[in-house]
Amino acid sequence: MTQKTVLNDVHRAAGARMVDFGGWDMPVNYGSQIEEHHAVRSNCGMFDVSHMCAVDVVGPDAKAFLRRLVANNVDKLKVAGKALYSAMLNEAGGVVDDLIIYFLNDTTYRVVINAGTATKDLAWMEARRKDWGLNLSITERRDGNDPLGMIAVQGPNAKAKVWEVLPQVKAASEGLGPFFGVQVGDCFVATTGYTGEEGFEIALPAAQAADLWRQLHAAGVAQCGLGARDTLRLEAGMNLYGNDMDESVSPLDAGLAWTVDLKSERDFVGKAALLANGQKAQFLGLVLLDKGVLRGHQKVFAAQGEGEITSGTFSPTLQQSVALARLPMGVAIGDTVEVEIRDKRLKAKVVKPVFARNGKAVV
Amino acid sequence: MSNVPANLKYTESHEWVRVEADGTVTIGITDHAQEALGDLVFIELPDVGKSLAAGQECAIVESVKAAADVYAPIAGEVTEVNASAADAPESVNQDAYAAWLFKLKPANAAAVDALLDAAAYSKVADA
Repeated sequence: MTQKTVLNDVHRAAGARMVDFGGWDMPVNYGSQIEEHHAVRSNCGMFDVSHMCAVDVVGPDAKAFLRRLVANNVDKLKVAGKALYSAMLNEAGGVVDDLIIYFLNDTTYRVVINAGTATKDLAWMEARRKDWGLNLSITERRDGNDPLGMIAVQGPNAKAKVWEVLPQVKAASEGLGPFFGVQVGDCFVATTGYTGEEGFEIALPAAQAADLWRQLHAAGVAQCGLGARDTLRLEAGMNLYGNDMDESVSPLDAGLAWTVDLKSERDFVGKAALLANGQKAQFLGLVLLDKGVLRGHQKVFAAQGEGEITSGTFSPTLQQSVALARLPMGVAIGDTVEVEIRDKRLKAKVVKPVFARNGKAVV
Repeated sequence: MSNVPANLKYTESHEWVRVEADGTVTIGITDHAQEALGDLVFIELPDVGKSLAAGQECAIVESVKAAADVYAPIAGEVTEVNASAADAPESVNQDAYAAWLFKLKPANAAAVDALLDAAAYSKVADA
């Protein structure tokens, strides 16, 4: 039985092509995925992200819990509203999920986890809370009594469009730096995203989500599906859970070392395994030099050994195929490697794993 | 509802076939196929002169999200390929029946008769 977000009827009425995404009936596009992609890079577009799960972590031990639960360090969160991207690891150092933590105050955090992993994550979090005997509550805000709808509005004109439709949030959200969130009335407005563009992610009571979607659409915000969301995030060099990392992959081998705090004295789940194993592979970008399309699981041949593409697609911004890949240590940016596509080996250039940001190609 | 012209023949694997006055057949992918694949970004065509068996994989169409094989609807020799479709894969999205992929000289001209007509293909596409 596939689950539906509160915007499902809106997508269907708009003629979206729907697909099963991790058990959720979601729009993949509303016509042309590439046009939706360009709308976000050049103007603005919106995505239904209500399938993702907001989790409120509240109580006197909320901070102590998160300090131990995730690989990044919530001690970095000092200003109310600041957000932190982190991996949540198992004892072997594999990635249970990647998530964003918003710091609201010392006893209140909002954690946003992936759709397909939410059930597993919540069980994992609840089990750790019990093991550690800590005093806090873990409340999911997707399927329960007080559900949230979530809409990501992204692109150079996204903020202006949101303020046009929701003038009441302008004053509070105008001065927000990157990676912050603020509650304004019913709306939680955050400067986070998954596209490499400016914009807001808005969480609000589920019953209000369809109206907001329609108003944003009427204001000229393009409806965008998961197809464009994937090409945008890949161009921006952002990892996708289940493709680029999973429970068998160390964050150090998935390009997430920058989110892992191994310097402080703080202990966290998976830390011992990360220290024992170290980094075994590099996470880098590829640009295909020949004609074709890079895809996940294709083999990569370098002088130093074999690697694997974890996510690949055609980049609408570069008009070339690009990929994120796990490659042997020693492979350097600028190297040329070979990728096995069907019965051929095609040439690809190794680049930093970021292809486009703020409307422009960066490779 | 996708567009299924009545004057063409079809396969269950979503190719369309048109018999030309000179006896060659022109082959492309259907409107239903392009719609299911989404924006096409890469097309690989067979070599001219290649002999194909019926049902043989002979071309590849890739969209942003997936790759799909194109199969020879009937046996024959490749006489021409549409390089402009390979150069502009989006032309197949714009009009799948104008942006043909390749032409065959059939090994047996009667083989076309056994392919699906528009009514039969419409059922396949709607399934």
